Amino acid sequence: MATLAPTTPWTSSAKDDYRVCGVTTLKVDMHTERLIIANAVMAVVCLLLGGIAALLIALTRWQVFHLLPADWFYRLLTLHGIDMLVAWIVFFEMAGLHFGSTALLNARHAAPKLAWFGFILMTVGGLMVNGVVLFDPNSSVMFSAYVPLKAHPLFYLSYILFAVGALITVATFFINIVVAKREGRFTGSLPLVVFGLMTAAILAVYTLLEGAAAIVPAFFWSMGILKNYDPGIYRNFFWGFGHPAQQVNLAAMVAIWYALAQMTTGIRPINEKFSRLAFILYLFFINLGSAHHLLVDPGLSFAWKAVNTSYAMYLAVLGSMMHAFSIPAAIEVAQRAKGHNKGLFGWLRNAPWGEPGFAALIMSMIIFGWIGGVTGVTIGTEQINMLAHNTLRLPGHFHATVVGGTTTAFMGFTYYVIPLIFRKELKLKSWAKLQPYVFGFGTILVSLGMITSGLQGVARRHWDITFAGVVPGTVNITLAIFGIGALIAVTGGIMYITIVLASILTGPRLEADNMLLTTGTNNPLLESTKLTDEMMERPQNQPKGTLVLVFAFLAWFAIYYLSNWWLLGRTWFIK
Amino acid sequence: MLAPERTWWKPLGRMEKTWLTVAFVWCIFLTLMMPLWYFMGKQNVPTETYRTTPEAFGAKVNAFVDQYTVGSDAATGMPIVAPPAGSDIYLRAMKWQWYPVLQLEEGQTYRLHISSMDLNHGFSLQPVNINLQILPGYDYVATIVPTTNGDFTIVCNEYCDVGHHTMAGKVIVVKK
Repeated sequence: MATLAPTTPWTSSAKDDYRVCGVTTLKVDMHTERLIIANAVMAVVCLLLGGIAALLIALTRWQVFHLLPADWFYRLLTLHGIDMLVAWIVFFEMAGLHFGSTALLNARHAAPKLAWFGFILMTVGGLMVNGVVLFDPNSSVMFSAYVPLKAHPLFYLSYILFAVGALITVATFFINIVVAKREGRFTGSLPLVVFGLMTAAILAVYTLLEGAAAIVPAFFWSMGILKNYDPGIYRNFFWGFGHPAQQVNLAAMVAIWYALAQMTTGIRPINEKFSRLAFILYLFFINLGSAHHLLVDPGLSFAWKAVNTSYAMYLAVLGSMMHAFSIPAAIEVAQRAKGHNKGLFGWLRNAPWGEPGFAALIMSMIIFGWIGGVTGVTIGTEQINMLAHNTLRLPGHFHATVVGGTTTAFMGFTYYVIPLIFRKELKLKSWAKLQPYVFGFGTILVSLGMITSGLQGVARRHWDITFAGVVPGTVNITLAIFGIGALIAVTGGIMYITIVLASILTGPRLEADNMLLTTGTNNPLLESTKLTDEMMERPQNQPKGTLVLVFAFLAWFAIYYLSNWWLLGRTWFIK
Repeated sequence: MLAPERTWWKPLGRMEKTWLTVAFVWCIFLTLMMPLWYFMGKQNVPTETYRTTPEAFGAKVNAFVDQYTVGSDAATGMPIVAPPAGSDIYLRAMKWQWYPVLQLEEGQTYRLHISSMDLNHGFSLQPVNINLQILPGYDYVATIVPTTNGDFTIVCNEYCDVGHHTMAGKVIVVKK
């Protein structure tokens, strides 16, 4: 039986400075608490900066408004990519790593000074890159900064500082776990959520090292010390960082999914082995995905691209498909065990839809899987990529994954961090109930607008496609869908930031007394410990509804994938 | 979020096994589609590549233009080049133009060499919607057969500095 209350008492040495959470009974190291708060605040600051840029960019691509002049469009697009794709998400993940490696293991933070040093480097790097892009007219080089497009040396230095800071923080995650194990703070295996975070952390190490391999030479090249830097080699190294960085987000997001499911519906993983195996598949195969960006590059063979882009037979995709079953199945089993047993989907009808964490979980899973995952695998197919490369289908795909998926999940998780870690009352609860739906719906429109525009050949990173005079009139409609979606998503973003600021800046410090925020006074986290094997194995509690859902997913996947081959077959012959 | 019980290494349930098997078979299918299309399909990503330099490639483009120019484009004044079917043809990317205008025959095969003089560019042939990444220093050879006729536009879809969106070229395909 899983236990929640830690069994090993803490030593009363001077090193231990902690409080016991009244809701979860977890011990929270005070260093951890402060580190989480600092990282979360920086994450939200970056989200705000990136969000302002998002609004202005979207209103530029929406042809009716075409708001910004070209130079500001490219400048803010660069800023948007960096603040969102890197800064917001990575700061949030660092908060997650501090939490996972201490509170969930009943452990102390073993290296707080090192962690603060990492945080400061990340903060300096993160703010500096914003400054450089905003004030240096030559540094609008996009997030990817393809050599030989040259930015100011400080641009590359900011990347390096941020990455080194992140690497240091990741190191403290491992230090914490090793120290916790050595001090006997926990026995046996890591909890699944920590296991998922550990997957993310391991991925982060080589991701950041590859980032160094791309950016450090670029730094010297920008100063004229390094004379030649091959653009193909740069792309290879850069995407060794850029794509796996998104897989770090993926692993962290899935870990958060398991956490949200447990906190809001009291799940137990239906089979620990199954879920852990899925994370292991990420660990071994997902790093190959950098090839996705090089599929139509000169100089690479078919065999190299096919093996890499398929993650060696799509084994990382298999990992995601396993989670896609295991999480809803765990929710279904837990719901059925509570007596919500009617029909195939009675468990789903009786789910806590008004609970922000559950709403965020569901929106995140649907958008990530049904839009992000399906389109990602499709455009990541070697030949099909020719139809999609650098069109708006690309950002359409990754807005579904990192915005609709990762960001929605992280936003939902924040609402629990506020009472449990910030120890502030969550304000504007009625907004928090709606926010995941507003943000998610907006993101769906953004993604679909981009994907349908891209299918018609509209380029990404492009100030005014009509200039080229090639695009059919329906593009104005699909770009408008993208624009309207962006307005809705930005509204969701403003709601989120308002809720967070209203909660943390006003009101007294208040010890949390409830796990759920809006849907009850019970504590699903504690209930999950009472879910026995016997209850989970009862025939009427089996996840039949989930099996139907995943097969529906597979059918949609197949339709989208195969219709893209059909589209490819209609174009000019090329080899 | 909680530590699992001591032994969590348990056999998979029936539904997990079913889904795992189906998902794995689907993954194998996805994998096989690529080599299958590689040998059977008519649209494959070009792989033929040569090292070059902007000077060397620029000289080839100029020689090509000198040899086969048949007129000039009314809008841009750019030479229209009509190479013989089956020949090596050249397209130069630089900020912010595709040079020259190519005039091809429908149903004929051409070996299209593309390279960049300066930055990364994106070859995006519209509305055919074929997209390739173009790098300086790499002579990328695409063997193409236009299967439709009319005027086509080459959009640049890789960001190449502030004039990026003005970079558009032209391909004319005439009926044989």
